[in-house]
Amino acid sequence: MVDKRVIDGNQAVSLGVKLSGVEVIAAYPITPQTSIVEELSNYCDDGSMDAVFIHSESEHSAIATCIGAANAGSRVFTATSSQGLALMHELLHWAAGSRLPIVLANINRAMAPPWTIFTDQSDSLSQRDTGWLQLYCCSNQEVLDTVIMSFNIAEQVLLPVMLVLDAFVLSHTSEIVEVPNAEDVARYLPPREPIYRLDPEEPHTIGGLMPPDSFMETRYNMHKAMEEAVAVLAAEGKKFERMTGRGYGTVEPYLCDDAEFVLLTSGTIGSTARIAVDKLREEGVPAGMLRVRLFRPFPARDIAAALPAAKRIGVIDRNISYGHGGIFAQELKSSFYTDSVRSGGPEVTGFVAGLGGRDVTPDHVEGILRRLIEPERAPSGIEWVNVRES
Amino acid sequence: MGEREGKLKTEQGTKPGGRHFELPAEEILSSGHLACPGCGGILAIRLALKGLGRDSIFVIPACCMAVVDGPFPMSAIGVPMMHTAFETAASTATGVRASLTARGNEHTTVVAWAGDGATFDIGFQALSASAVRNDDFLYVCYDNEAYMNTGVQQSSATPTGASTTTTLRGAGGMTIKKDIGAILAAHRIPYLATATPAFPDDLVRKFEKARGMTGFRFIHILAPCPPGHKFPAESTIRISRLAVESGLFPLYEAEGGRDYTISRAKEPDADLISEYLSLQGRFSGMSDAEVAFLLDIAKERTSDLKEKAGRTGRKDE
Repeated sequence: MVDKRVIDGNQAVSLGVKLSGVEVIAAYPITPQTSIVEELSNYCDDGSMDAVFIHSESEHSAIATCIGAANAGSRVFTATSSQGLALMHELLHWAAGSRLPIVLANINRAMAPPWTIFTDQSDSLSQRDTGWLQLYCCSNQEVLDTVIMSFNIAEQVLLPVMLVLDAFVLSHTSEIVEVPNAEDVARYLPPREPIYRLDPEEPHTIGGLMPPDSFMETRYNMHKAMEEAVAVLAAEGKKFERMTGRGYGTVEPYLCDDAEFVLLTSGTIGSTARIAVDKLREEGVPAGMLRVRLFRPFPARDIAAALPAAKRIGVIDRNISYGHGGIFAQELKSSFYTDSVRSGGPEVTGFVAGLGGRDVTPDHVEGILRRLIEPERAPSGIEWVNVRES
Repeated sequence: MGEREGKLKTEQGTKPGGRHFELPAEEILSSGHLACPGCGGILAIRLALKGLGRDSIFVIPACCMAVVDGPFPMSAIGVPMMHTAFETAASTATGVRASLTARGNEHTTVVAWAGDGATFDIGFQALSASAVRNDDFLYVCYDNEAYMNTGVQQSSATPTGASTTTTLRGAGGMTIKKDIGAILAAHRIPYLATATPAFPDDLVRKFEKARGMTGFRFIHILAPCPPGHKFPAESTIRISRLAVESGLFPLYEAEGGRDYTISRAKEPDADLISEYLSLQGRFSGMSDAEVAFLLDIAKERTSDLKEKAGRTGRKDE
């Protein structure tokens, strides 16, 4: 019998963690992610989950505890958001540099000041270069499924995975979610078998001072692992589909095969944007939408392959790199650059929208799409959506 | 500053508490480490490992030992060890212990081994949190009273009157060494002890005792540092012993933060303190007022300690 429940994004994270055989959880119960931590703490308390739960005094210590536990061989998890993720920054590098398959759920929230608890991607994208895989979800079903897949991916490529979901739009919004069968998940995701761990029977020193003649290879190998992660993620998505009927790739195309005008999105805007695409399709406009699930490694080839007919791409960024533009747009432009120069690829325009939780409605997305199809428009670097000049 | 006759009356073989004690013969720490000649910290870790045995896992943040253990692929410590970020000795050790517990291993001793900077300053918050949760590991602070690994900068463990490369002289009055033992005792942790390498039997016994306990344990080791404290390498043990005999660094244990046992707490002695100070170049610019202040603080702390030990009726001296 299929187990269907109406749950919010936080509960989807917690249920995914519960199903994944996690042994150690360390977390700090700051407001942004209270219900994930509360639920996991309760699971550990009532015995429905057999894991050690550490109530940390800061996110910084939470991730340090995860690093210690992962080095000792355990499957570990933590969750955070905005300021908490920023506080972890040094140790995000430490986790990736130690090649530890930690999974972290980040609820996307804007960075203060001024204080805000609403969604945008400035927290997670500020951690772009820490060596973590980043996966952006757009439904609670995808959140739950991605938690489970993330452990499998992390443990194969030996890099940590950050799973990202929009604050409130997913984290506190309930949807119908199909919960995979525990036995199926246990077969899909067997207990972690670390290659190295802290073991008195076989003593090793981990992380010692490394001279220049060895250090660079550690970075080269991390980059290679990142590149391999694209294929690993695709393979895991197919494996997961065989088990549940729900498949996941690095990107999710919507009416892209013949689309000349394409919106590139991430997170829940990737759901909203379908309405605008449908509307323009009804008018005969060859519009499409590509939702990017995987931000690191950046799936440049998969994006290019999914957009064979694209002439103009509008990237909707719920983030801003001050002084340059939206980050997904930058990534896309840089990954297209070589190919575009060679073959006259599509024009890319960045649209910055929805910062600090400002609504991005179907009407806004339709406006973006209509800007994109204006016949005489010159490509511009960046356009701001629904913003007041003050 | 050469070796000279002092007023020290104790003999080499003094055993705090008067018990007969033989050090375990096995050397777990190997030779070839990178410690400076006369390093009090490396002596401490060598002795500590004798008390702990091989069924131990060390977590070491940025500190002298992170370098001294040896560059990749070499390591002198002889037990599994992970390096961790400066401020995370306690929180990382918490994770190692949690993993062992999750996998049914209750026997291995997890040890966070950190310097005074990592303990008194940057890692203080995480240390306090582990103590509050009573996490099951042993935290060791080998205290050389400044940031020695980075070139002798002042820490909250730097005593009154000691010069460092960052000491503010005369600007903000006299600084005082943070009383880390009192702070940890206030957390009511199961076990708290002080030690120093001049009393190896006492030090090893305390590690053996800590190993046999569960919950959060803390051992504070005074580790004289020849280059940082500015004394010749052969004087380490003499200075380590004088710290105790002069009354500046009493040796004690406290269980549950209340049940105090004195291993060796001498009445602070102005002459011995003066000898202790004069042997170390770091104190060469000390004013009379600073010396008097140091003596006052030592008297106050020793008197407090004896009062606490008296209250619980345990005094092994």
